[in-house]
Amino acid sequence: MSLLQLENLSVTFGNFRAVDNISYKVEEGEVLGIVGESGSGKSVSSLSIMGLIDFPGKVSADQLTFDNQDLLAMPEKQRRKLTGSDIAMIFQDPMTSLNPCFTVGYQIIEALKTHQGGSKKELKARAIELLKQVGIPAPESRLDNYPHQLSGGMSQRVMIAMSIACDPRLLIADEPTTALDVTIQAQIIDLLIELQRKKQMGLVLITHDLALVAEVAHRVIVMYAGQIVESGPASEVFSTPRHPYTQALLASLPESAAGKARLEALPGVVPGQYDRPLGCLLSPRCPYATDHCRQVEPANQGDLNRQVKCHTPLDSEGRPTA
Amino acid sequence: MNQSDLSLDKQLILKADNLKQHYHVKQGLFKPDAVVKAVDGISFNLEKGKTLAVVGESGCGKSTLGRMLTMIETPTGGSLAHLGEDLLTLSADAQAKLRQKIQIIFQNPYGSLNPRKKIGAILEEPLVINTKLSKAERKEKALAIMAKVGLKAEHYERYPHMFSGGQRQRIAIARGLMLDPNVIVADEPVSALDVSVQAQVLNLMMDLQKEFGLSYVFISHDLSVVEHIADDVMVMYLGKVVEQGTREQLFENPKHPYTLALLSSTPQLSPDKRRVRIKLQGELPSPLNPPSGCAFHGRCSYANDRCKTETPLLRLDDQAEQEKGHMIACHAVEENRIETVAVGAA
Repeated sequence: MSLLQLENLSVTFGNFRAVDNISYKVEEGEVLGIVGESGSGKSVSSLSIMGLIDFPGKVSADQLTFDNQDLLAMPEKQRRKLTGSDIAMIFQDPMTSLNPCFTVGYQIIEALKTHQGGSKKELKARAIELLKQVGIPAPESRLDNYPHQLSGGMSQRVMIAMSIACDPRLLIADEPTTALDVTIQAQIIDLLIELQRKKQMGLVLITHDLALVAEVAHRVIVMYAGQIVESGPASEVFSTPRHPYTQALLASLPESAAGKARLEALPGVVPGQYDRPLGCLLSPRCPYATDHCRQVEPANQGDLNRQVKCHTPLDSEGRPTA
Repeated sequence: MNQSDLSLDKQLILKADNLKQHYHVKQGLFKPDAVVKAVDGISFNLEKGKTLAVVGESGCGKSTLGRMLTMIETPTGGSLAHLGEDLLTLSADAQAKLRQKIQIIFQNPYGSLNPRKKIGAILEEPLVINTKLSKAERKEKALAIMAKVGLKAEHYERYPHMFSGGQRQRIAIARGLMLDPNVIVADEPVSALDVSVQAQVLNLMMDLQKEFGLSYVFISHDLSVVEHIADDVMVMYLGKVVEQGTREQLFENPKHPYTLALLSSTPQLSPDKRRVRIKLQGELPSPLNPPSGCAFHGRCSYANDRCKTETPLLRLDDQAEQEKGHMIACHAVEENRIETVAVGAA
C-alpha cells in the first residue's frame, strides 16, 4: 500500500482551477520530485495535502489517503494530529517561515509539545538532539537564538529540525533551497537525503530546478498550469521526455545548448487565471500543436509508472507520434 | 602597462585597476569604526562585444562591484577607465556624460520599474534627463528600442503591473539601451525568472550584444547560465577575486578549491557531467570580521598553516603557455597540493 495516494485531486479558487485533477502516489522511502514553472500549481497541491488551503479555496478529490486513512473524510481534530507529526512540510523561505518573535528553541519545542508532550527537561534535550541531527554547531547555545540571529542556511536547518521533530513518515519540501546559495544548497540537500534514507521517509521535493531533481529523485512529476503533463522514473523522463513541455523545459536550460548558441526558448508564458486556452493547455506554446490539440483536451496515456498527457506523445527520438 | 596592452586599448571598453570599496561601520561611541572590505582590489579588462561574468555567493561583493562600475557608488580606491578616460578623476559634468555609456539592469524586474509610470515614460526618462530630444523624437526612439527587445507598440501606454516577469525584464533592458551605452552591467538579470522565460531573456541579451556590439558585466550566482553566456569569468569570495580567466580555463580546468566546490555543488542534469561533490563546511564568514590569511581557509580542505596566516595573491598560473591569463589566488595551487578531480567520476 502506498504511503500517500492522490486521485483526481483538484483545488479551486472560485472559477479558477489552480490544481486540475492530479493523481500520484508516494511510496515509503521514495523521493518524488515535482517540477514546474511558477503558477503550475505545485505548491498549492502540496498545501492541499497538508490541509492548509483556506476559504475560498476548495479541495476535492476522488481519493486522498495517507497510509490508508482518508484525509478528507476524517474529522478536523484527527487530521490536525497527523499534520505536523506524520506528514510534515518545509517551506521555501526559511527567513519568513520562522516566527521572529520567539527563539528557535521555543518554536521547536512547541512542535514537540503539541504532538508528543513530555517534561520541560525532556523536550529541551530532544530539541538539542534535533539541532545536532541537522548539523548545527553548538546546539545548546543556538536554542536561545532568535531567527534574525541565524543565516539562511542555519534557518533552513532549524526548519528541517522542526519538521522531523515528530519522525514524520512523509516530508514535503517546497523549494527548500531556492533562497540559498549553491554551496549551502548542496549541504541542505545532502542533509535531507541522508535523513530520508535513515528514516525511510517518503520525500516530496518540489522545485523548479530540473537538475536538482535529476540528481536526487527516484520519480518525477512535471506540472504545467495545474495539470500533471508527464510522470515517470527520473532517469527516463530526463533522458527521453515524452511530453513536448518537458522536452522544451530541458532544451531551454543553458547547459543543454552547446557553446554560445541560442537557447531553445519556449515562446510565451504559463497561462494565468483568465487566459487558459481550450483543449490542451500547452497548445498556444507547443511547436507540434494541431487543430485537434487546440480543441480537445488530451487524456493521460500510459500506466501509472510512466504517464503523459498529450495527443501525440514524443517517441524516443523526440519527435511527435502521429 | 607594457606595449602589448596599449595596442589592445582600442577595443578596451572598461578597465578596472585595483578597485576597492571599503565601508566604515560604527561600532559604538568609543570604539573605532570597523571597516568592511566589500570589494578589495579587483582588476579586469573588458573588451568590446565581450561578456565578463562575476560569480560568487551572496555577500561576496559582486553587486557592490556592479554599483561601482555604474558609478552609483564611488569606489574608495583604485581606478576605473572607460575608453582610456579615468572615470574617477573627471569633473562632475564629464562624469555624468560618461555615465550614460554604462547602464545597469537590476535583478528584480518587479521592484525596478516605477509602478506609477507608463512604459513610455519609463523608457523616455533617461532621454529627458540626458538629451535635448523633442517629445516626438523621444517617442520614436522609445518605440524603436521596444521593437528591438520584442515589445509591441501598444505596450507604450501600459503600466508595469500589466506585464509578466519576462516582459518586465525586457522593459528594463530597453531602458538600459535608451542612451546607446557601451557597457551594460546586468546584476542577476535572469535569477527571478522561470527557466523557459530565462532562456528567452538570455537569447535577447545575446542578440542585442551582437547587434550593438555591447559589452556585458554579467553578475550571477548561476554557473550554468554563466558557462553559457560568458567570455571571461571572475570568481569572487568575500570581496576578493579567487580565480579569474576565460570561460574555457574556468570550466574545463578550474584550479581554486572554491571554484571546484562551486562547480561540484551545482546540480547537473546529465550524469556524465557530474563532479565528485566537494562538501564545503560552514558558511561565508562575516566580512566585518574576516579570517586571517586566506579568507577561504576555514572551509577549505587543503588549508595549512601558511593559508591561515598569509593572504594569497592573485597570480598567473604559469604551468603551461596556453594557461595565459588564468589567475588564481591560492597557496595550495601554487605549491601543487591539489590533485585534479575528474569530471563525471561521481
